Amino acid sequence: MSEYIDHDSTGQSIGLVTKHTFTFGESGQGISLDSGRSLGPVKLAYETCGTLNSDKSNAILICHALTGDSHMAGYYSEDDPKPGWWDIMVGPGKPLDTDKYFFICSNVIGGCMGSTGPVSTNPETDKPYGTAFPVVTIGDMVQCQRHLIDHLGIDKLLAVVGGSVGGMQVLEWSVRYPERVRAALPLATTTKHSAQAIAFNEVARQAIMADPKWNKGDYYESGRPEHGLAVARMVGHITYLSDESMRHKFDRRLQDRVELSFDFEADFQVESYLRYQGNKFVDRFDANSFLYLTKAADYFNLENTYGDGSLVAAFSRASCRYLVISFTSDWLYPTYQSKTMVKAMKKNGLNVSFCEIEAPWGHDAFLLPNDRLNGLLTGFLDRVTADCGIGGAQ
Amino acid sequence: MRFDLQVIASWIEPESKVLDLGCRTGSLLAYLTREKQIYGTGIEIDENAAGEAISKGLSVIHGDIYEEIEDYPDNAFDYVILSQALMQVLDPETLIREMLRVGKLGIVSFPNFTHYKNRFQMFFTGRAPMSKELPYEWHNSPNIRVIPIIDFRRFCRAMNVPIVKEVAISTHHHDEKGRVITFLPNLFATFGIFMLGQPE
Repeated sequence: MSEYIDHDSTGQSIGLVTKHTFTFGESGQGISLDSGRSLGPVKLAYETCGTLNSDKSNAILICHALTGDSHMAGYYSEDDPKPGWWDIMVGPGKPLDTDKYFFICSNVIGGCMGSTGPVSTNPETDKPYGTAFPVVTIGDMVQCQRHLIDHLGIDKLLAVVGGSVGGMQVLEWSVRYPERVRAALPLATTTKHSAQAIAFNEVARQAIMADPKWNKGDYYESGRPEHGLAVARMVGHITYLSDESMRHKFDRRLQDRVELSFDFEADFQVESYLRYQGNKFVDRFDANSFLYLTKAADYFNLENTYGDGSLVAAFSRASCRYLVISFTSDWLYPTYQSKTMVKAMKKNGLNVSFCEIEAPWGHDAFLLPNDRLNGLLTGFLDRVTADCGIGGAQ
Repeated sequence: MRFDLQVIASWIEPESKVLDLGCRTGSLLAYLTREKQIYGTGIEIDENAAGEAISKGLSVIHGDIYEEIEDYPDNAFDYVILSQALMQVLDPETLIREMLRVGKLGIVSFPNFTHYKNRFQMFFTGRAPMSKELPYEWHNSPNIRVIPIIDFRRFCRAMNVPIVKEVAISTHHHDEKGRVITFLPNLFATFGIFMLGQPE
């Protein structure tokens, strides 16, 4: 997910929000992970907005993408320069309407924005985990979100929404805890990474690990592998755009010069843009976290985990209704991957809607203002709410 | 709602499962959901129409009917509807067999090509007929089939597909009013609507 966090042109916002934390798995073995290892205590950073109704039936979980965090909407302070990452979607009167629903968004484990991850203190050594942190999966992330939902006293989520790696969490929720989800909205996502997606992630990880400062993950005292992380981000960023969007944004235009430099400075705007995005990312993200999160995305394989290799068998566990959305120019998670999941849902007689939205902006399209997307989310959620006889916020 | 869709709607039992092929913006599905509490799903190839239908809260798959119908299990629906799309279908026999595989009953409606006005136009002007029901020139028409009501009956006989119910109507393309034609329908009806049963 890239840096499209922007102010909403309508000026509507949920306003000030607070980052909360919830800690569990403190005693005994902690929680058991898909790898067979255990982790504890586990801390989750999370944010909520809207009002939970009296029977706690209007809760919607929003799952963030790869390098996102729990800050979905609103501002942390009066002088906060930027709102949460999905401020255009979440707020009063918006498609994810805080006047009707109660939203929860937590930072995933393995992350570095307040939830337990490689940067957290290892209770056994009193030093940051680094690569001693266990490899986590999308399933582990969802298991931890379930602990948070339990903690909030919510029995059944009205919906789980998310794009990209957030969409993987949505799919995982719907088959791992089918009795706890009424509706699932996986956007611009897949049930498993293609070889191409794994390949890009591997190049990004190698960029980090090739930086001498990475030091096998033990760099928290010696200085961070900033260059490697910036390159990793640049690789990722390319996959979030599209040929058309890059041509539109940059073409071959030069940056701050009228002729070629004949050295290795950033001649082209696109080079300058990628360097800027890479450097900006370094300020907010941890290199080891990037390794763990990309690995979790690569490991995600819904059909193997839940269906012995059959996606139809995997979705036979599900019972919620689905709204699947893909975007025409998304080459990271192309439409054929969404169609594959829709096919498996149909074969199981599940209630599914699917739309491929025409958009030139590549994978990032789900984070950009889009009237079609707004209409689909609003109409779908209204119907789910009406069919379940659920009251709004009180 | 269009008169032909009203006729189709009157044939649907309450609380049944309905698949609407080429559902456009979902007006029939919305009506059936509201009035007959059906469990409905639609397939629509146009993004704008499919998006509008989903935004109404309907379950719709944006895609091609030939590909999308294949994924449903046998007998997944009580009715499979193909309303005013048969003229554009490349392989009607395969599609109708698929409809009767995934549904217990199929409902097909189409403009009757041999309506007397078409015949007059062709006879007196010697040109390919254009009408409100088939409002295209030969070179820009999406309709690759011309379907007279009596030919459709013959086609069903040849496929061993029983016609469970049949109504011929006279109405203009988007009109909400119309009437049932019982006298010489192949001459006087603008649309034919057929309910098809399982092949014998």
